[in-house]
Amino acid sequence: MIRVVLPLVIFLMIVGFLAAGLYRDPRLVPSPLIGKPAPAFSLSALRDADRQLTLADLKGQPVLLNVWATWCAACRAEHPLLMELAHRREIAIYGLNYRDDRKAAIAWLGQLGDPYRANIYDPQGILALDLGVYGAPETFVLDAQGIITYKHVGVLTPDVWRDLATHLADQ
Amino acid sequence: MIWPRTWQTNNMRIVALLLLCCALSGVQAQGSVFEEREFETIDQERRFRNLTNELRCLVCQNQSIADSNAELAAQLRGEVHTMILAGKSDADVVDFMVARYGDYVLFNPPVKNTTVLLWFGPFVVLGLALIYLFRQIRNHRESLSKITPPS
Repeated sequence: MIRVVLPLVIFLMIVGFLAAGLYRDPRLVPSPLIGKPAPAFSLSALRDADRQLTLADLKGQPVLLNVWATWCAACRAEHPLLMELAHRREIAIYGLNYRDDRKAAIAWLGQLGDPYRANIYDPQGILALDLGVYGAPETFVLDAQGIITYKHVGVLTPDVWRDLATHLADQ
Repeated sequence: MIWPRTWQTNNMRIVALLLLCCALSGVQAQGSVFEEREFETIDQERRFRNLTNELRCLVCQNQSIADSNAELAAQLRGEVHTMILAGKSDADVVDFMVARYGDYVLFNPPVKNTTVLLWFGPFVVLGLALIYLFRQIRNHRESLSKITPPS
């Protein structure tokens, strides 16, 4: 009896692992920065080239740091949700304008609306590299002390926001 | 089968040869991205080549940053170049990348508690399968020797 059952059990275990794998996106890279302080930086603000933004500007409250760019089509998809979150004052949202053109980015925000308290202008991806950004859109959650507590890669959807909100409530 | 047995064998040989050719042609060597980069010593250049071939491009995830045309890969190559010229060791460069992107940025994952199963699992499974196989063969031989009629 065991000669029949054992291969079956092993087969079902393999099927189990493969099924679990089917529902995961192999391209998602987990961030090693969760629980670590956000990296220090000094970059100009998008709308005001003379104003320098640093990590201190992000501290004092939990914030969403949203990585976006005008060349990123998916960023348009999540923009309405960001606008709504900003309108409802759910959380302070800061933007990281990644490898973009300043004028194009400002025009983009003018056209679609601006949910950001401020935007960090990072045309060379300096802060993005230190954050382990490898595409757009990506969204980080920082707590009031500037520690990275969550990272989402991809479009911010209502489902993702629900998970995020629960995480924020637990913090 | 209506054709001569030798034809069958020759056909099989041709098919086997064609399959072999297909398998071999599947191996492609991708050229590294050509860039002008200055180094102070030949050793630095060798280290640059080695490191950029071992680091994964997170955008085109099956390519190394040496081979990938993605902007991120270009930026990371620049970082490796800068770090080597600044006198950082290979371990420093690897630590820099892993701190930001995690172990996945390395094509050879490190042997840690979390990757022991990945590294040694296949050998363990192979070992178990071989044990099972040998036991089956032994059992089969025993049962064969029992039914062989006395000569």
